Amino acid sequence: MQRLLSGDYPRSRVLGIVLVLILAGLALAPFVFPGTRSLNVAAKICVFILLVASYDLLLGYTGIVSFAHTMFFGLGAYGIGIAATRLGPTWSGLAVGSLAALALSALLSLAIGLLSLRVKTIFFAMITLAVASFFAILASQLSWLTGGEDGLTYKLPELLLPGTKLLEAPLLGVVISGRIVSYYIVFAGALCLFLALLRVVNSPFGRVLQAIRENDFRAEAIGYRSVVYRSAANCLSALAATAAGILYAVWLRYVGPDTTLSLDIMIDILLMVVIGGMGTLYGAVIGATLFVIAQNYLQDLMKLASDAAAGIPLLPSLVHPDRWLLWLGILFVLSVYHFPAGIVGRLRGNK
Amino acid sequence: MSEPRSGEHPVLETHDLTIRFGGHVAVNRVSCAFGPGTLTAIVGPNGAGKTTYFNLISGQLSATGGTVKLFGEDVTSLSAPQRTRRGMGRAFQLTNLFPRLSVLENVRLAVQSHAAMGLNLFSVWSSHVELIERAEHYLHRVKLADRRDALASALAHGDQRKLEVAILLALDPDLFMFDEPTAGMSVDEVPVILELIHEIKNQGDKTILLVEHKMDVVRSLADRIIVLHQGELVADGEPAVVIASPIVQQAYLGLAGHE
Repeated sequence: MQRLLSGDYPRSRVLGIVLVLILAGLALAPFVFPGTRSLNVAAKICVFILLVASYDLLLGYTGIVSFAHTMFFGLGAYGIGIAATRLGPTWSGLAVGSLAALALSALLSLAIGLLSLRVKTIFFAMITLAVASFFAILASQLSWLTGGEDGLTYKLPELLLPGTKLLEAPLLGVVISGRIVSYYIVFAGALCLFLALLRVVNSPFGRVLQAIRENDFRAEAIGYRSVVYRSAANCLSALAATAAGILYAVWLRYVGPDTTLSLDIMIDILLMVVIGGMGTLYGAVIGATLFVIAQNYLQDLMKLASDAAAGIPLLPSLVHPDRWLLWLGILFVLSVYHFPAGIVGRLRGNK
Repeated sequence: MSEPRSGEHPVLETHDLTIRFGGHVAVNRVSCAFGPGTLTAIVGPNGAGKTTYFNLISGQLSATGGTVKLFGEDVTSLSAPQRTRRGMGRAFQLTNLFPRLSVLENVRLAVQSHAAMGLNLFSVWSSHVELIERAEHYLHRVKLADRRDALASALAHGDQRKLEVAILLALDPDLFMFDEPTAGMSVDEVPVILELIHEIKNQGDKTILLVEHKMDVVRSLADRIIVLHQGELVADGEPAVVIASPIVQQAYLGLAGHE
């Protein structure tokens, strides 16, 4: 346990219980929450936990503001999408697509890092925004390769298709299809990479990142070359985001600008990091889980409330399902206002 | 005048070291050499270029002209972290810590840098017990061991100055640069720092540069004084001789009423 969590315990009983519940819920999702929609939500939570955690490595641990995170997410997803379209639904095709995407991400993040991490935070943020916008436009314009705005729908190896039945008889009342296999690939991939990120932030290297975040001038004065550490963090974070994109593309069997590259997703990631708590990877778990659930179920909840309030003046239209974005927004403003250190920071009792 | 005192090779040399900020020459062709086992005090009125001279030596600023040599090797083009790893250590005039990290972590980071462990990605930091123990040892030396878990920002000013010195000790440098280490400390805390500087000096192989305003401190510790005035080296020699020289009386001691 100590090795697995890299000595980074939740340090709050409530947080520990919530984390165990989330882990158990995700691990048993196909059995506890059967149904296409809830499995979709569970898979999305897995992917976004990894994506948000990798962003926290930059924002929370190193103090780098980047808007290019969805670009790396998209590179991974398009890697799978393009490989599956061009090379056919084979395992080797998926491997080629993944490796190409990871290699491209590594090169691109190192290039961006070495060229621009010497400059001030705000300029780096601007540069990443420009590069990310460029990639989003590229993806929508190169329609012969990427499918343009429509994106790509593709087949995967047979083992992963919904029609494939692995067991003749249902297990615990659930048909073990290729969908379940896909889900567990996503779950296991996200879990392993999350634990790897947890190790990185608790390594001597991770400690230097926090020192650079606190006072980069002093970090340099005691012998750490901050540009080297920032570039390495940027590259690791990009690779993890690419891996999240790969998992997402395996799950969705579709890739398009709106699922991976859009600025909306970038903003979602930022919100998840801030709500969960910056500078702690457990914040990513809490933030991503809450956000994705709210995104998917707030409307249902409001419909219930709206129906229940039928007859009372004004109230039904206030909680009408069409107003769900309004309420989501209010929730965010409140949570940022009341938990400036995020939910995890609050639970751990810092300020 | 710039020759090292003993026959040994100097640890640090500056040749015609110069920096210009626009039309203002903050440090003007300062040539000096510092041998092992010596403690040199750098004095001069405020704005004389003492801290700027330090910044040029440790690499926080790039020189407009001239060279810095460490152990005979030209390090002028190297960055601050590269110079640190070659044996320079610096404590800053304005307290310069990692405010939201613990006192122990502030020192442990310096120990870790000295052990060249910074790029170790796959081990857990707390498993390197020897780094933590060494950090505790340095905290002990500056008498801060009981505050190890406090945040650096929560320390009183005097304790922050001690932590600054502990970080410097943890780098285990060959060249120690203290920039007014006792500034703003209460009278009863000053001896802790002076005692430490004395211990380092008594090791015999370390080179110490000390910017200090308090002349009694300078007299008791230094075996050489150099005087900067308007960016230029105006006097260099034995403490008693330098302090008595007319140029120092006029340029520094006469002007600076404070100690």
